[in-house]
Amino acid sequence: MSTLAVQDHAVSHDHDHEHHHHETFLTKYVFSQDHKMIGKQFLITGITMAVIAMLLSILFRIQLAYPDKSFPLLTTLLGRFAPNGRLDPEFYLSLVTIHGTIMVFFVLTAGLSGTFSNLLIPLQVGARDMASPFVNMLSYWFFFIASIIMLSSFFIQKGPAGAGWTIYPPLSALPKAMKGSELGMTLWLISMVLFVASSLMGGINYVSTVLNMRTKGMDLWKMPLTVWAFFLTAILGILSFPVLVAGVVLLIFDRSFGTSFYLSDIVLNGKLLPYSGGSPILFQHLFWFLGHPEVYIVIMPAMGISSEVISVNSRKPIFGYHAMVYSLIGISTLSFIVWGHHMFVTGMNPFLGGVFMITTLIIAVPSAVKTFNWLATIWRGNIRFTPAMLFAIGLVSFFISGGVTGIFLGNAALDIPLHDTYFVVAHFHLVMGSAAIFGMLAGVYHWFPKLFAGRLMDEKLGYLHFWATFVCAYLVFFPMHFMGLDGVPRRYYATTEFPAFSQWLSVNTFITWAAIVAALAQVAFLYNFFHSIFFGKKATQNPWNANTLEWTAPIEHIHGNWPGEIPTVYRWPYDYSKPGAEEDFIPQTVPLSQTMSSNQEHDFEDNPAGLDQFNAWVKVNRPNEEVK
Amino acid sequence: MFLLMGTGSLFAETPAAGAPAADSGSEWLGVGYYVLLFLLVCVIVAVIGKILKIYELTLKMQGKKGINWNNFIGYVCVVFLVAGLYGAYWSFTVQGQQILPEPASEHGVKIDQMFWTTTAITTFVFIITQILLFGFLFKYRGSEKRKAYYYPHNNTIEKIWTIVPAIVLTVLVVFGFFIWRQITNTTEVKGDINIDVTAHQFAWELRYPGNDGKLGTTDYQTYYSQSNNLAVSSKDKSSYDDLRADTLVLPVGKSIRLNIHAQDVIHSVFMPHFRLQMNAVPGLPTFFKFTPTITTADMRNRLDDPSFNYLLYCNKICGGGHYNMQKVVMVVTPAEYRVWLSHQKPYVNDLIRKEWKLADAGNKVGAAENKIALNN
Repeated sequence: MSTLAVQDHAVSHDHDHEHHHHETFLTKYVFSQDHKMIGKQFLITGITMAVIAMLLSILFRIQLAYPDKSFPLLTTLLGRFAPNGRLDPEFYLSLVTIHGTIMVFFVLTAGLSGTFSNLLIPLQVGARDMASPFVNMLSYWFFFIASIIMLSSFFIQKGPAGAGWTIYPPLSALPKAMKGSELGMTLWLISMVLFVASSLMGGINYVSTVLNMRTKGMDLWKMPLTVWAFFLTAILGILSFPVLVAGVVLLIFDRSFGTSFYLSDIVLNGKLLPYSGGSPILFQHLFWFLGHPEVYIVIMPAMGISSEVISVNSRKPIFGYHAMVYSLIGISTLSFIVWGHHMFVTGMNPFLGGVFMITTLIIAVPSAVKTFNWLATIWRGNIRFTPAMLFAIGLVSFFISGGVTGIFLGNAALDIPLHDTYFVVAHFHLVMGSAAIFGMLAGVYHWFPKLFAGRLMDEKLGYLHFWATFVCAYLVFFPMHFMGLDGVPRRYYATTEFPAFSQWLSVNTFITWAAIVAALAQVAFLYNFFHSIFFGKKATQNPWNANTLEWTAPIEHIHGNWPGEIPTVYRWPYDYSKPGAEEDFIPQTVPLSQTMSSNQEHDFEDNPAGLDQFNAWVKVNRPNEEVK
Repeated sequence: MFLLMGTGSLFAETPAAGAPAADSGSEWLGVGYYVLLFLLVCVIVAVIGKILKIYELTLKMQGKKGINWNNFIGYVCVVFLVAGLYGAYWSFTVQGQQILPEPASEHGVKIDQMFWTTTAITTFVFIITQILLFGFLFKYRGSEKRKAYYYPHNNTIEKIWTIVPAIVLTVLVVFGFFIWRQITNTTEVKGDINIDVTAHQFAWELRYPGNDGKLGTTDYQTYYSQSNNLAVSSKDKSSYDDLRADTLVLPVGKSIRLNIHAQDVIHSVFMPHFRLQMNAVPGLPTFFKFTPTITTADMRNRLDDPSFNYLLYCNKICGGGHYNMQKVVMVVTPAEYRVWLSHQKPYVNDLIRKEWKLADAGNKVGAAENKIALNN
């Protein structure tokens, strides 16, 4: 049935194609409804936001490394936010807040899912475009407006929101509590509501495209892991983001209309405020009900991309394809019942804390399975070190290093001394920050020819970019574990008020310089990226000898992706180095009947007629095996 | 590109700023110096890139194969693995010395045991998996002569590496769960010393019970005023002998119950030496029960640092002064504690008495109590 629908679509589309072919600049590059262009829009906006958020992090790293020094240039650049050459403590908190918000939502959610779900879902499942191209376009523009509003808060009198990216009330609810809770917080909340709207429009599109618009033969178990990951990610987003909106709307009510959802018994500046009966913990529940699935929304697409890139470049099928899918499903399901591990020491009922601790450590099992499967995939591979492959490997390495510390933090008893210390900062920057950004970069390097009409990025610069970033990321985050174990709290403007922490000052300076080198290494990427768009080496249609469907589409972007009929799919996407095959890859579009010499019994699991034919062929051609 | 240049110039100021009263000329010299340095690096990278390109071209012209980058990266992986493992070892041995101050509470010892068990297991996993990862990368680096081994799945292996982590995690969960329940499943018992810790931007207020050993109840909606800023109830008899203190003094070896309140925004009572943390939430009193085991004097001896003090500090973002919201914690012998307590000022001071319309403000506490009893 779905096949019919696809064919219909194809026909009507061709019709469409012939008759009005007039694309203006505005409809092609700005208000485009083509999924490939929207993907590019998401990517370039995401990269821009990433660079901004990275610069913010360098600003506050300088403060941490040189807490007693004055940098007149900061005053020149930031004006009242850095009087006398030193960051204002409240502006420091704003920097931390906006860095986190941009990185988590605007880069690793929209920039990552937005780019690659848009680019790859239609191309890899064999669809002409998204289910609703117009909604898809709206999704980008809502994201764009949300980005503008978020950044605009740097240009208002009191500065951006400053209550941390988790914006816990009452701090975020009481404009008088800090400068960052005034207009900046209002803008943050408006921006996030628009962002969630964008994310929902995108997510609904991704899910409906995957479910309804797969090409002939593309059953769910023939989808590449990228598509599985994007699909499950979109479901997570659809189920969890609305809860954030609920929390945010109630917060807007508390801030602006005098309600008391989150507020009770507040005394500010010596005055008792008329709030009563609310609970700040309620907000934390609502926030983390999104917030925890959110970290999987961030990491799962990166995992999907890495699985694909590792398999292609190891010239080996991904080990345990089914286990990979089931572990993604397991992670997705469990991610909804672990949010309480962010709240062990908030005064939540300790018994509930115990329950959340059990669910949290269970989620480590599918994560471990994924790691072992990646290791098994590269085992006895024939590894081709493209920059994309290196970044995918980087994800695995970070995911291990950051993942093992999750076992500490998920343990409620250990969380008591570790909560909100630099140990947490180190943990999540490795496991979801660095890992996800590496997954995203792997995707950019790997699918660059698909993004920018057959151009390739420079490999050598890619190597430089990878090694510099990879090493520096470890240099930045590894020492932070030890600071956290000594009890250094996060979100401190300076640790100089505590003599015991003076032993970490040299470490802080070291971390800052490692961060600066890492930031500079991104110049190699940015140059490579923008230069290669226009002058990159021309690629062949299938430069990586990959099996998936997107490499059967022509190099030049056409609206509708494939001229003529959409290709039919006959096999799973991971037939690499199959014994008996002539080449070390067999694209999904090659029917089993053309590869008799490499077919295996396993290929005919749901196909008894095919199995009979296969056995007959084996009897004739491989008499020796028949004896076995 | 321009933005990143900006970064370059931002940190470029470090040395200039170090110089006292640097005139603007030397400041810009500092920025320019670092920008130029970065440009130089860029040029060097570009030159090396060009040299490599030319070298590969000449090789090709001579009919030889170009540089085998696959091999090269394979070796870099090994170098990274060795250097990385050494770096981790260095961090563990050097920075590892600076972590986890000696636990000064009963449950802290248990948490540390749990911590070291988890560390042993995770470090083992971390090292093995990283060795396998980068080892495989090197060993199976690509070559045209080889073909990868087609190995799509193996259910037995997959079952093993699902079940083994599951078992290990179950063990950790069970131990962690019991420790967590021991620490948190603490109802108040007789003999507990109740201390009220109230947080507001950016300080802590302390209230100790008087002779009756009981803290008066609080109610912000009814009793809050400028002088009665902890909103202690005038109807509760036990309020009248409560005491205010500046330092959190704790008797060693006694069970302490911190009753934690916040007035404005969320704060967090964090005392890392005692492995203690609990958020202070407005409108939702929380508590943490623990037993300190090492006196401040004893700890000073052990650390050979006469200026050492236990500290309580805020660990939940609460505004501009968050980074300096601390309180000294003194653990003393029970005898010292009794002496210290007898010197603390009463919470119900003259101002509050006036507010509560206690006619004979300044008279004995006993008299006031009688009065209240009559009012009831």
